Amino acid sequence: MQSTATENPITMSYSMPGTQSAQNPDGSSKIVVENLDLWYGEAQALYDISLRLQPKRVSAFIGPSGCGKSTFLRTLNRMNDLIDNVRVTGKVLIDGQDIHDGSVDVVTLRRNIGMIFQKSNPFPKSVFENVAYGQRLLGNRNRGELNDIVERSLKQAALWEEVKDRLNDPALGLSGGQMQRLCIARALAVEPGILLMDEPSSALDPIATAKIEELIFELKQNYTIVIVTHNMQQAARVSDYTAFFYLGKLIEFDETRKIFTNPTKKQTEEYITGRFG
Amino acid sequence: MKELLRTGDIFVWMTGAFLGISIIMISGMVLLIGVNGVDYFHPSSIRYFEYTGEDGDRAMALGQVYAREVIPQEIMALRGYSDINGRKPYRFMVRIGNRDLFGEDFRWIAEPDIIKDTLLANAVCFERTEYGAAYGIISSLQTNDSQVYDNEIDAWDAFRRSHPIVRSLVRQIHTIEKDEIGEVNYAIEQLRRELRKYEYEAGRGEMDPAVYGGHEARLLGEINRVERRFGEKQHRIDSLKSLLQGYTLTLRAFGASGEETMELPLASIVRGYKPNIMSVTEKVSFYGDKIWEFISDDPREANAEGGVFPAIFGTVLMVILMSLAAVPFGVLAALYLREYAKQGFFVRTVRIAVNNLAGVPSIVFGMFGLGFFVYFVGGGIDQIFYPERLPNPTYGTGGILWASLTLALLTVPVVIVATEEALASIPRGIREGSFALGATRWDTIRRVIIPTATPGIMTGAILAMARGAGEVAPLMITGVVKLATEMPFDANAPFFHLDRKFMHLGFHIYDVGFQTSNVEANIGMVYTTTLLLLLIILLLNMTAIVIRARLRRKYRLAGF
Repeated sequence: MQSTATENPITMSYSMPGTQSAQNPDGSSKIVVENLDLWYGEAQALYDISLRLQPKRVSAFIGPSGCGKSTFLRTLNRMNDLIDNVRVTGKVLIDGQDIHDGSVDVVTLRRNIGMIFQKSNPFPKSVFENVAYGQRLLGNRNRGELNDIVERSLKQAALWEEVKDRLNDPALGLSGGQMQRLCIARALAVEPGILLMDEPSSALDPIATAKIEELIFELKQNYTIVIVTHNMQQAARVSDYTAFFYLGKLIEFDETRKIFTNPTKKQTEEYITGRFG
Repeated sequence: MKELLRTGDIFVWMTGAFLGISIIMISGMVLLIGVNGVDYFHPSSIRYFEYTGEDGDRAMALGQVYAREVIPQEIMALRGYSDINGRKPYRFMVRIGNRDLFGEDFRWIAEPDIIKDTLLANAVCFERTEYGAAYGIISSLQTNDSQVYDNEIDAWDAFRRSHPIVRSLVRQIHTIEKDEIGEVNYAIEQLRRELRKYEYEAGRGEMDPAVYGGHEARLLGEINRVERRFGEKQHRIDSLKSLLQGYTLTLRAFGASGEETMELPLASIVRGYKPNIMSVTEKVSFYGDKIWEFISDDPREANAEGGVFPAIFGTVLMVILMSLAAVPFGVLAALYLREYAKQGFFVRTVRIAVNNLAGVPSIVFGMFGLGFFVYFVGGGIDQIFYPERLPNPTYGTGGILWASLTLALLTVPVVIVATEEALASIPRGIREGSFALGATRWDTIRRVIIPTATPGIMTGAILAMARGAGEVAPLMITGVVKLATEMPFDANAPFFHLDRKFMHLGFHIYDVGFQTSNVEANIGMVYTTTLLLLLIILLLNMTAIVIRARLRRKYRLAGF
């Protein structure tokens, strides 16, 4: 019952199969960004960003605070639409479809891209209802099916064993690490192709962080994962590709091994070796 | 001193002192109302006074002491009173009752004038359906079979035996008059209105005269039939009333000029008691009786006696109707302001305006309600739906619906402000989490925002209810009356009659306390009604608070 991004029926519904190859010459890339600029009102926050993210790989965005990596992450599921006065130019293609195209329904788009936030944000509902939330939005009222999905999602998020006896307890009674994994389970329950993680473990203790990292490792078999992190060791541990952002620009994007051992740009090297940032 | 100011300790004392003063003032007021309100039903003893009247003759008085005060200096000087046992003398306000005989309910008796002050074991107090209480000593009782008990003890026994019978007959008559004849009247009224409607339509040429003739014959027949039923009921009442004839009680009353005889028909007596020889259990049961009468019965004697049930019902129904209108209205407005509207100059202006609206004097809302709801909306409804009844208004006059809507208007800013605060305190992350799962704004509001904000919304509703339940001024011009013969809810379809005028506890207090000729006699009633109003508001609020606490447990938010 594990589904990959391309098998996902919801994904298929918005990416038009016929046009896929024409718009996306590199068929292997899950996310393609071309010449992306972003302004908050008058202030430009992102400058001419282009990159390609591979399916079923973990890509990490690193960089000092305020470098635009979170802002960039939030353009990938158009969360920036919620902020007044944000303007975006350039292209973001997901499965070959330009997400800023008028024909794209932002609701469907977000449903196919799970997002995990820096501060865990479970709803003030029960554990079960938190995980079932996405399915309920889809109009799924079949109790048996919901039970299966909740159990599967919680197992995928490595939380099932800890909460299986307290599914009806308030989610806000869980520990910090459990709440964050609950948010991951909640995102997985609608079977997205992509998971965006915005510093998912920055508010957690080392043990909880280790659990999240193990989880990311497990999940990349089925999901394309993008993770923003402040923690360079984390980027080195979990990611296959790493992008370094600085002052709103993408400085370097390459395989993690290469970025951390032999970066091309001087700024990257300085940041990684801790000379600034 | 400088040191004291620097450390700021003095401000701790100051703030504490001010809080203390506030608490003392509020609890003092509640205590005053509580003590006086609770005391009202207590059967105080009947005292017999003999004293020197103003003309120098010996006068008598029998009654309950309502109040006592130190005689003012001027009166002391004028009457030449001197101190008693080294203290200033008192004067007593004695309720002598027997208004039909003496023309007044109260008499002041100065302590220095008193010759004799005793409790008579056989002194009796009768509460009556009119003319207030009667005090005296029973001299005889006559029953409907013309049997006469002229011994005081026998007569009291006979009274205790026959009074329940009489009361039950009176209640039967009352039920027939109020419910059954009320129903018949209502039916006749409906038929007449129907006839009037056809008449109106025929008069304007909208109905074929032949068809009208058919309707007229049918309705007139119907009315005739119902009127015959009316006659039957009247006949039953007459036969019940004849059973009551003959039950008469003769009382020795003590007036200023001497002993007098009073005849009381037993039917006019609500209850009789001898407080001077009542045991504690009897007093407790008497007290319970009085409280039950107070909350479950209709008022008597221009609201000064009896119960306040219609006012309780009117108050509660009005608060409920008001909440039903104000809460959804306020919540929707706040949702738009906080969730949909683009935050900017316009929204800020609206917000300030809403806050200011909460401070507009309530009488202004009352006038608006009268102009808009009663005359414009109500008048419009009458024009369109009830043209045949004009110029008699149906909705175009004050009623519980219009009063409730006026109060809803008054309290809607409270709900908006509270809801907005609740919405603002929901962390942004919760909203983003929902959007990121593909929820639309409406999904998010419906499934996450409203449930999470419900405790805050309830707080707004509680504040609105508290404000609305205590408001009187706008009601006075939009539908409250001192005595409503028909309740806004009864057994006649469609059961709720929201066009009717209603009674309200707040207005009741004003009416009983300040709008009657016999204000002193009503002070106790005013305190008790005030206490009841406070209790009802407390009860309504407690209910809402309990619901809110439950919801809070359900939608617990970290730091919310």
